[in-house]
Amino acid sequence: MRKDVKHLISLQDYSIDEITEIVKLGKMIYDSPEDYSEKCKGKILASLFYEPSTRTKFSFESAMLRLGGNIIGFSDANTSSVSKGESVADTIRVMSYYADIAVMRHPKEGAPKLASLYSSIPIINAGDGGHLHPTQTLTDLLTIYNYKGTLKNHTIALCGDLKYGRTVHSLIKTMARFSTKRFILISPEELILPDSVKRFLKDNYDVELTEVRYIEEVIDEIDILYMTRIQKERFFNEEDYLKLRDSYILTKDKIRPAKQDMIIMHPLPRVNEIAYEVDDDPRAVYFDQAQFGMYVRMSLISKLLGGE
Amino acid sequence: MLEVKQIEKGIVIDHIKSGNGLKIFNKLMLNKSKKPIVLLMNVESKLLGKKDIIKIENSFDIDLNLLGLLDDNITVNYIENGKLTLKKKITIPKEVKGLIKCKNPRCITNSDSYVEPLFKLLSKDTLEYKCSFCEEITKYEL
Ligand SMILES: [Zn+2]
Repeated sequence: MRKDVKHLISLQDYSIDEITEIVKLGKMIYDSPEDYSEKCKGKILASLFYEPSTRTKFSFESAMLRLGGNIIGFSDANTSSVSKGESVADTIRVMSYYADIAVMRHPKEGAPKLASLYSSIPIINAGDGGHLHPTQTLTDLLTIYNYKGTLKNHTIALCGDLKYGRTVHSLIKTMARFSTKRFILISPEELILPDSVKRFLKDNYDVELTEVRYIEEVIDEIDILYMTRIQKERFFNEEDYLKLRDSYILTKDKIRPAKQDMIIMHPLPRVNEIAYEVDDDPRAVYFDQAQFGMYVRMSLISKLLGGE
Repeated sequence: MLEVKQIEKGIVIDHIKSGNGLKIFNKLMLNKSKKPIVLLMNVESKLLGKKDIIKIENSFDIDLNLLGLLDDNITVNYIENGKLTLKKKITIPKEVKGLIKCKNPRCITNSDSYVEPLFKLLSKDTLEYKCSFCEEITKYEL
């Protein structure tokens, strides 16, 4: 075990400066990817997906290939030998000899952290159960940075399921560190942001919190609108769900009063919370987020492998 | 008062909150020990009104971290040649390895055979510990 290896398990372990550096390098790679096409030449990424997650896996693998590196790995623990009761600690000790960096997706919370304790290569957490998914948050950060030119002083509205979404909680906790001016929380009563997160914000940051039920009440005040999916399973009955669902669908009509430079984000996949008619609006950037996800992962991989 | 002879060599776990003596006895699995052991319950105490005491002869091997989790008023007296050689005040451990089980069923510590659960103390009053792996909060109960 080497103690000086840098991992990405949680963004809470990273300073604001470190996060900013990753985001800025991501933007530089986005602007001129050809300059980085041999950055990780001769290096191998181990892609350890203990549960399937096609999007995240492709994003990481494409990132490594575009840096000139190579990939080994598995995409489903059931079809590989690791499923036979082997500890994550043992797997990573061996993988440390085969690869230079590893990305891990695991259904159990804390698994990447465990791996990092026994790894001599950098571990990137690509999602551990309902716990953390730091590269999703980095993706959101690069998207914001690209369109807004800075991560600071925004009014950010989050809309939909604010109770269960780990993406939302992580984004809020991270953006709060970047002197966010105001968070506007738009959700039905049943899906409001948990008290623990609100308390965390109030105790640690000087940020204004506004809670409303409908987008229309605040649409003209928003710089960044982050939409999330409202899942049917969160409701006791179909009737409640259907009643609420329509209130949280973003339409052309609803965004008419919005600022011209507002951006609309969504972690995808979308089901029906953003009407297709919104896709053509220049403020809709959710499909671009996928590419920023890849660029920010290129940045992260090259940082962790050492040097710019 | 009940007569119990002083031990020549061993440990006296003193100032146990009355009623906790038996729980601690069980948690420390002293019933499995081959050493002579005395459990005294409801002894008069100036400090606590009533207290429990455990005396273990010929052994110094006690997990102090575990004791702190059980009751933080406890003092442990080490005795050799009939004399007190060391008096230790037990405190609630800031970090606990292995002794607590994470209450989050999705936590890696509940499924990976290799890992030893590790917790950091959040609150002394409520004995809430935060899992270092999944970050869920587990409350320790005696
Ligand atoms: Zn845990």
